[in-house]
Amino acid sequence: MKFLVCISQTPDTTAKVSFNADGTEYNAAGVQFIMNPYDEWYALVRACELREALGGTVVALNVGPAANETTIRKALAIGADEAVRINADPKSAAFTAKQIAEYARNENFDIIFLGKETIDYNGSEVGAMVAEYLDLPYVSYASKLDLDGNTATLERDIEGGVEVLEVDTPFVVSAAKGMAEQRIPNMRGIMTARTKPLKEVQPVAFDESVEAAQFTLPPAKAGVKLVDPENMDELVRLLHEEAKII
Amino acid sequence: MVLIFAESPRGNLKKAAFEAVTYGKKVADLLGTSCIALTLGAVKDAGELGRYGAGRVLNAADPAFNNFDSQTYAGAIADVAKSNGATVIITSHTSSGKSVAGRLAVRLGAGLVSGVNSLPEVNGGNLRVKKSVFSGKAVAEYEITSPVKVVSLMGNAVKPEVSGDPVSVEAVSANAGAGRIRVKEVKTQEGRVPLPEAEIVVSAGRGMKDPSNWGIVEELAETLGATTACSRPVADSHWRPHNEHVGQTGIAIRPNLYIAIGISGAIQHLAGVNNSKVIVVINKDSEAPFFKAADYGVVGDLFEVVPRLNAALKKFKAAH
Ligand SMILES: Cc1cc2nc3c(=O)[nH]c(=O)nc-3n(C[C@H](O)[C@H](O)[C@H](O)COP(=O)(O)OP(=O)(O)OC[C@H]3O[C@@H](n4cnc5c(N)ncnc54)[C@H](O)[C@@H]3O)c2cc1C
Ligand SMILES: Nc1ncnc2c1ncn2[C@@H]1O[C@H](COP(=O)(O)O)[C@@H](O)[C@H]1O
Repeated sequence: MKFLVCISQTPDTTAKVSFNADGTEYNAAGVQFIMNPYDEWYALVRACELREALGGTVVALNVGPAANETTIRKALAIGADEAVRINADPKSAAFTAKQIAEYARNENFDIIFLGKETIDYNGSEVGAMVAEYLDLPYVSYASKLDLDGNTATLERDIEGGVEVLEVDTPFVVSAAKGMAEQRIPNMRGIMTARTKPLKEVQPVAFDESVEAAQFTLPPAKAGVKLVDPENMDELVRLLHEEAKII
Repeated sequence: MVLIFAESPRGNLKKAAFEAVTYGKKVADLLGTSCIALTLGAVKDAGELGRYGAGRVLNAADPAFNNFDSQTYAGAIADVAKSNGATVIITSHTSSGKSVAGRLAVRLGAGLVSGVNSLPEVNGGNLRVKKSVFSGKAVAEYEITSPVKVVSLMGNAVKPEVSGDPVSVEAVSANAGAGRIRVKEVKTQEGRVPLPEAEIVVSAGRGMKDPSNWGIVEELAETLGATTACSRPVADSHWRPHNEHVGQTGIAIRPNLYIAIGISGAIQHLAGVNNSKVIVVINKDSEAPFFKAADYGVVGDLFEVVPRLNAALKKFKAAH
């Protein structure tokens, strides 16, 4: 079995969000970057578990500049066998999806894993686009994935429940919480990661049709109004008369 | 023409569809054009979408559409979009809407912005749309420059508005093609508003001490007609089901009212809830970071405050 795991890099979950003076670009100065948690904790770990059980190869793929190699090495330390970096600084999900699809087109992956969304731009766009480019089925927001021969059984998170479904390989899947448990890379993983292959691929041309125009910070909250814990009638009154939500 | 994919999980139109049609009608008005709603599979009362502003309501009833498959759905929506000359296609930002939006963008050579939360600005042939990014910590504006545009609409971003009358449903034939996903079973919790759609959410964290204490939370939710949620460590220790976990790595929600009980307000928790309109925090530690993000705060022991709040709400309900 051959698995592709698409990994992205995002600012650390506690990073302060700020933009340049004219609000056109994210200010990355001093920001610590991590592997997007959905990609790392769920997609990558499940792909590694399946490879451990069934044999095969896990390829980690990132579309990003050379600076992302630390994150890519972490994917190798967690268990990916090899890695590919498509050398570009993606400006949109559509660009990223095009690059992933062009790379995957002739590689015959059985399953292409992604995370459910990136925690920075919160797009949840790339997976469906990759699936469409490759004319493959797409199972989004999967919280469980088992494989028996060429048939996978998955649970997909839907509003207020789950859908249980079957699909044959090859397919594209996006991973949600529950698909696997987070793994901390061990010393051996970190050592062997250094010698695992990391290939650089050049991007294909792409015409953007969405442009980021402006970033702003939301207006600050007015500040909390404290209510006496003995007087919950007062809280109810405020929710009714002031906030007008009950 | 503006085409709205009005989703109907298991044959029922839900709030998400009414929101999308309400929004689509407004976008059509801005562009000086008409709007059409498309439903797929067997669906009850599709003509109702006319009340929310759909000029025409189309239905492709192939039984293959009774189960969701992004591939067959996107094929059908794209066909209808092409044959009606749609320039804007709107889906809901839901598990199915998000899964077809990207496919539609590729199929139609369209620019996509997902999770938009307000009406676009028309800028020549472009649309400028807004969405929340960095888990609610920033707002981004994007300009879609392609002739055909796709957006998915965030839940609770617009209120469903009645602006017309029901219309008769027109049958269209859209080829379902060969779906490759076989849905075996759909497990839903009946009688509960799913978290992403909930207008009121009552959520609790590790301050609850033990899963057996959740009765007071459930009772409060019951009184408010709210859906329950929890922090991540609570779901991770199996005190509550994982589909209740809100936050950066769980579900992102934007209810009108979010009540946080015994939750410290870590940044990753806030990431999933800070788009709520009003936040009430109950915590015994006045230094808990959550108070900085709250509108109303109660510093006190949740085991006393929550039953007291529930009693006050019951009294209020009885009087109103
Ligand atoms: C990458 C990453 C992603 C994460 N994603 C998420 C996520 O999606 N969602 C999420 O929730 N967390 C997430 N976390 C975890 C997060 O950082 C916090 O650890 C978590 O939110 C804390 O949960 P809590 O508030 O329930 O528990 P605690 O931090 O232990 O807080 C319990 C609170 O209860 C109060 N309390 C205790 N007893 C009482 C009482 N009797 N009456 C009133 N108040 C009381 C305490 O004062 C305290 O503030 C993530 C962490 C990381 C690193
Ligand atoms: N630059 C990237 N390189 C590789 N994979 C990516 C990249 N950006 C996004 N992805 C994948 O696409 C998923 C969804 O991203 P998004 O659609 O941007 O929310 C992520 O969880 C990753 O698996």
